[in-house]
Amino acid sequence: MDDFSVLIGGKAGFGIDKSGIIIGRILNQLGRRIYIYRDYPSLIRGGHTFSIIRSSQERISTHKNKVDIILALNQDTFNFHKERLQDNSVVIFDSDSVKLEGLNPKVQVLGIPITSIIKAENAPEIMRNTCIIGAFVKAVRIKWEILESVFKKEFTRETDLNFKVARRGYEEAREAVKMVSLLQEPLPLLTGNQAVGLGLIKGGLNAFLAYPMTPTSPVLHFLAEVAGDFGLKVIHPESEIGVILMALGFSYMGKKVAVGTSGGGFCLMAEGVSFSGMAELPLVVVLGQRPGPSTGLPTYSAQTELHFALNAGQGEFARFIVAPGDTQEAYFWSAQALNLSWKYQIPSVILTDKNLGEGVFNFDQSSVPEIKEVTPGLWDRESSYKRYRDSESGVSALAFVPDKDAVIKVNSYEHDEYGITTEDTQQSTFMQNKRLRKEKYLQEELEKFETVKVYGNKDSSMGLLCWGSNKGVCIEAAQNLGLKVIQPLVLWPFPVKKFQAALSGVKRLICVEDNAQGQLARLIKTFNFKVDNQILKYDGRPFSLGELEEKIKGIIK
Amino acid sequence: MSPINLNTYAQNTWCPGCGNFSILNAFKMVLGELTAEGFPLENIVLVSGIGCHAKIVDYLNVNSFYSLHGRAVPVAEGIKLANPKVKVIGFAGDGDAYGEGLEHLIFAAKRNIDITMIIHNNRVYGLTTGQYTPTSPLGFKGRSTPGGSQESPLNPLEVMLASQATFLARGTSHGIDLLKKIFKEAIMHKGFSLVDVLQVCVTYYNMYEYYDRRVYELKDHNAQDYNQASNKIREWNYDSDNPIALGVLYKKELPTFEERFPEHKATDADRDFKIKEFLKNSI
Repeated sequence: MDDFSVLIGGKAGFGIDKSGIIIGRILNQLGRRIYIYRDYPSLIRGGHTFSIIRSSQERISTHKNKVDIILALNQDTFNFHKERLQDNSVVIFDSDSVKLEGLNPKVQVLGIPITSIIKAENAPEIMRNTCIIGAFVKAVRIKWEILESVFKKEFTRETDLNFKVARRGYEEAREAVKMVSLLQEPLPLLTGNQAVGLGLIKGGLNAFLAYPMTPTSPVLHFLAEVAGDFGLKVIHPESEIGVILMALGFSYMGKKVAVGTSGGGFCLMAEGVSFSGMAELPLVVVLGQRPGPSTGLPTYSAQTELHFALNAGQGEFARFIVAPGDTQEAYFWSAQALNLSWKYQIPSVILTDKNLGEGVFNFDQSSVPEIKEVTPGLWDRESSYKRYRDSESGVSALAFVPDKDAVIKVNSYEHDEYGITTEDTQQSTFMQNKRLRKEKYLQEELEKFETVKVYGNKDSSMGLLCWGSNKGVCIEAAQNLGLKVIQPLVLWPFPVKKFQAALSGVKRLICVEDNAQGQLARLIKTFNFKVDNQILKYDGRPFSLGELEEKIKGIIK
Repeated sequence: MSPINLNTYAQNTWCPGCGNFSILNAFKMVLGELTAEGFPLENIVLVSGIGCHAKIVDYLNVNSFYSLHGRAVPVAEGIKLANPKVKVIGFAGDGDAYGEGLEHLIFAAKRNIDITMIIHNNRVYGLTTGQYTPTSPLGFKGRSTPGGSQESPLNPLEVMLASQATFLARGTSHGIDLLKKIFKEAIMHKGFSLVDVLQVCVTYYNMYEYYDRRVYELKDHNAQDYNQASNKIREWNYDSDNPIALGVLYKKELPTFEERFPEHKATDADRDFKIKEFLKNSI
């Protein structure tokens, strides 16, 4: 089987999430391309958590509703997901605690007395996972050595007991289906959040600050882990307000800095974003979207902050907004967001969401365009230093403290070129024009980049329009249905010319978004682009491939 | 006065008789002394909030960060963490530091980060034309509380002591010599320092006479002694008519945040190599 999906489920706090990643890694060793969807509730223990690990020949970033194997560590997993099983699917389950009632008789069953094994080996309950992974590996005819090599990386404690328990599961199981190796080199597996973090590092990051908030806390965790390797300062201050203002302090000192948050935290940061615009202090915000309003569905996904990112902060100022759709784009554009923020001295927002941030994907560095760290425009030391000296592009030369020849003054008030407060009518207009002019030059620079991507059947007159994490599911659906896909990556300054070119030949445009009001459709309308149909989903869960295909078929008949 | 020119071309717009002048002049003297002693002026960064006090950064030809209302503290912390060799001095008002930005002040004290906060505590909002602040006395009649405020004031120094600040002092705008002395001591203190200046707003809350009758300078006070400090800090609660102690109330040497914060060194060449390593380990 080339395309193969495994679901593992159980109670939250019992290692389900980690097991999903281990299964992904095992399958990854076979040269298969992996995508993992991780679904968990907003609680620490109890509830129902599951992961769907899909593997395929091509790089993928969406799951299918139907699965080939269910690993049921508890009754809920079987009850909630049995509809996903198809003829010849396999259920591997704890025969001590799970009853398979109402099961399609064509499904193969493989009961393992997991509870008894755990008791006999005197192992902690969390090793029920290890046991079922052992059984799984046997059932799909993967070599024991592959499990061994992955376990060695994943378990630093109680390795022997983990092996023992896994081996018991392996021995109790039988071969059920054949999981073939694919003839290609395995690629690294990353979450979108890790790809963002690595991209920021590649772009020259010096400091990262965040207050924990799903779905971007993992960026904070990841960068804190690797801070020593990459010479980073990673700080978790008292609030999102503290985060963004501290970050502006770093920026003033010439340190490349980014912050991470979600919608609620970004609300608190709005005043700081506006300050970044006024004081021309470069700043990158990683904004991971999740469903609102308010606390909403904290551990699920949405694309609801596009207009918030476009408008956050009082007043009018230049900004850069990008929405990567996969790990390669997350890496590339996170680095570019830092570069562009520093080149134009503006705030940037990297819009991600829970599906991209916490999903696990392959990462192919060879397909990422070259990234050069941009050195910001520095003071020539000839003319006297003025922090806001005007220039053709509106960008002022930078100097940083300590510099014995420069007094560096930044200001949240309207100010003159030196940085001193002003309320003068001419000065105010002059300085506002200077700041806003930068956006025109940014837009010109962006012409060099692939800011709008096109996939699928490029000759089709039917276009699927998407942004961010819907990229993967739209591409696959379009391939199956013969459609064209258009994905704007940069959302501000909106790449009007490239978007126009991408639409060429499209007679019917269907916009796919994870929100209720069609935020991208609303944005492009301001540039006189219209969508003909909208497919909107706002229950926090990603589109599965089949689900999206059905919706598209309903429209195009 | 100092031999260096610390002035800018900005026109001073404080009211005649404003207590902020004493703070500005005392601070200029401290800067003069520091430079005379060889401390490079370019290693100093001033941060302000928003309010009458904040104009001070426009009047000084020194590196400055004119921040937001309530947010001078986190900016000062960011600057300090970005380069621990820099001396960061924050100016804030009482509405600003004790009201809107109180959480930051508490956390900066808790971290014992080596910054100095000078609070222009006039106990009234001046720039927004006369409302009660966190340190106005109970019953303060302001424009938002015409019948008198219905809440008791905070004792900010008591809050700071409880938050583990390691240097606490108080001065008044009638007492420039003492201000100069305690500003310098605060700036030289290694760790979080705060000077609460009973700065008088002549327009909305003229307390010159009231303070002149009650203030006294601390003598035979052991600032290292927590209990003595606590007693002196609690002697006047910003509401009673008790005597008001001026000078250094509390002082303690403890490790600072930036000392505890690990300093990582890694070159850019390392970065590409380490990214590759990380990716290899992620297969």
